[in-house]
Amino acid sequence: MATQTSPMRDYIFFAVFAVAVLTMPVWLEPIGAGYPDLLQKFAIFGLFATGFNLLFGLTGYLSFGHAAFLGVGSYTAVWTFKLLGMNPIPAAIMAVIASGLFALAIGYVSLRRSGIYFSILTLAFAQMSYNLAYSVLTPITNGETGLRVLQSDPRLFDGSTESDGPLLSNLFGIEMTGYAGFYFCAVVLLIGFFIAQRIFRSPFGIMLRAVKTNQNRMTYTGLNPRPYTLAAFVISGMYAGLAGALMCITDPLAGAERMQWTASGEIVLMTILGGAGTLLGPIFGAALIKYFENIFSAFNEQTLHEIFGFLPDWIEYPIVSVSSLFVGEGWHLTLGVLFMLIVIFLPGGLMEGIARIRKLFRRKPGKAEPSGAAAPAE
Amino acid sequence: MDVILLQLLNGLDKGGAYALIALGLTLIFGTLGVVNFAHGALFMLGAFCAVSFNALLSLELVTIDPDKTTAWGTPLEIRTPYVEAYLGDFGAWLLNFSVPVSILLAIPVMLLVGFVMERGLIKHFYNRAHADQILVTFGLAIVLQEVVKSIFGANPIPQSAPETVRGAADIGAVLGFDPGVIVYPYWRMVYLGFAAVVIAAVFAFLQFTTFGMVVRAGMADRHTVGLLGINIERRFTIVFAIAAVVAGLAGVMYTPILPPDYHMGMDFLVLSFVVVVVGGMGSLPGAVAAGFLLGILQSFASMNEVKAILPGIDQIIIYLVAVVILLVRPRGLLGRRGVMES
Repeated sequence: MATQTSPMRDYIFFAVFAVAVLTMPVWLEPIGAGYPDLLQKFAIFGLFATGFNLLFGLTGYLSFGHAAFLGVGSYTAVWTFKLLGMNPIPAAIMAVIASGLFALAIGYVSLRRSGIYFSILTLAFAQMSYNLAYSVLTPITNGETGLRVLQSDPRLFDGSTESDGPLLSNLFGIEMTGYAGFYFCAVVLLIGFFIAQRIFRSPFGIMLRAVKTNQNRMTYTGLNPRPYTLAAFVISGMYAGLAGALMCITDPLAGAERMQWTASGEIVLMTILGGAGTLLGPIFGAALIKYFENIFSAFNEQTLHEIFGFLPDWIEYPIVSVSSLFVGEGWHLTLGVLFMLIVIFLPGGLMEGIARIRKLFRRKPGKAEPSGAAAPAE
Repeated sequence: MDVILLQLLNGLDKGGAYALIALGLTLIFGTLGVVNFAHGALFMLGAFCAVSFNALLSLELVTIDPDKTTAWGTPLEIRTPYVEAYLGDFGAWLLNFSVPVSILLAIPVMLLVGFVMERGLIKHFYNRAHADQILVTFGLAIVLQEVVKSIFGANPIPQSAPETVRGAADIGAVLGFDPGVIVYPYWRMVYLGFAAVVIAAVFAFLQFTTFGMVVRAGMADRHTVGLLGINIERRFTIVFAIAAVVAGLAGVMYTPILPPDYHMGMDFLVLSFVVVVVGGMGSLPGAVAAGFLLGILQSFASMNEVKAILPGIDQIIIYLVAVVILLVRPRGLLGRRGVMES
């Protein structure tokens, strides 16, 4: 993504991305990530991070409460299943609408403040939703047990179908599990990505970047930043709600722990890791974190001994005991360390790292080349 | 009336913890201008100072009494903690008072932690965006929390208060209400007194010492203090360490009230941030006042009478107050005009 973009380049870029996403089961096979459950997570969290990035990456407003929208999306999706039937499309649409309205209400209030106050306001709202979902709203959210679709639910459109098996979401007869579920998520991710790309290139996107760069100057120019930031907030809330709906489409269960503030922290982490403000970065970040979460938490001391088995015993044992802190149960420790390292050394995330490396290679052959030619990636 | 008094008392000890954490947060924010999301982790570290001190004291010497046997016929094992075996009565006393005595351990440990944290990490983040500060300290909080988890496990580890203050006082009877209505544990009173002493000490330190004067000057106008030839950064490092100690001590003394586990810091952190915002960013009296205020409000909101009118209010009251305050009076209750008002 050089600075000179043309619609043509964007379409090619999108096409390459689409092919890459849709063939993920093939090319992720060798690194042990080629199974549907994990791939679904890649797509879902990729979508979530893309949406978060539209707010944080473009406007610089750091929301610490995005998990609330994910939760609202999830609950709405499950309720749609319960009332209308197991088709994922109405569920997704209802989730987007509900989370959009929710985001509109919260954003309208929170965006009156900026900087750290905005972060705390969003955090406060998210904690309120989380606490309420656990306590008073139990009739709607089913509290700690989590909301599920039951055989006895009305399900207007397919309630008549008699089946005793577990209720799964199905798109006109295709059950949304396994690879079918992944492809559904992937298509939604591609749609979301396409919209995000359009927003990045649109005048609206430029306005959002102006908010991040210098809000005062924007106001002096006679533009009111509030409608733009509010629109960005609502759109990003809708993405989160859609991601929440996808979670329920692949597994029809919604729980309040999805709304906890650590979940909001996780999405911030994914975006930062990949590179806030870039198109691909957040998706990279989300996939990377979900991948390592999966791989690392499966490790135990036994596997570590196998990996470091080639070392002499007196080195092997200390190494194994130190690294066993970071895997399995201790995976969050790795996450925390990674997070700190990225924020300290590479604030632009992985995409900045790639851009730096690319720059390094470009400059080497001819120093006469003016430095402006090595355009920074977005 | 008596119910109100009871809720007031219940709110005070939680408010004390909020106030202590918020005080440290405000000190750090006011001096260094850093938003420290790892402050809750410092509270948790303090609590685990008490836990490890107690564990250290409880190391046991196992002796076998050859004359007696257990019900299973094996020789009776007598377990005595080392301190008790070697130091006699003093050892037993030490074990009994392990929580308050571990303050002596917690102070140097937290000073060191605060110092290392500031010099090693926070220092490099003075001039970066608030978002970056939030993120890096959030990462640090996760790291600290996970380290503690890997050492002490994920389960809460209950600590007991010294025997003499283990019961509860029937305050209502003393004040002339019906006995048995207002019953308040002694340890919570101790905690309240302790919080008051620590808060008073911090204020006295800032108000009556030369060092404190320089720090206050630095909070007001850092640049000018630097121009006067004072190395303000070094003072601020010490302030950071002091804030860490305050949070740590709050954690040490809180262990008999709430058995510490690795995520207690995170739970308190979110609330303490809300407290700081309500009190006013950078205002020390504001942080203390808001801490107690919110603690009391929370305990009133959890009364059954209130819950009957507004269900669920006890879960959200603090956040609700924060939202209202931020929208109506962005600089908080006692915040200075112009400080972080945008």
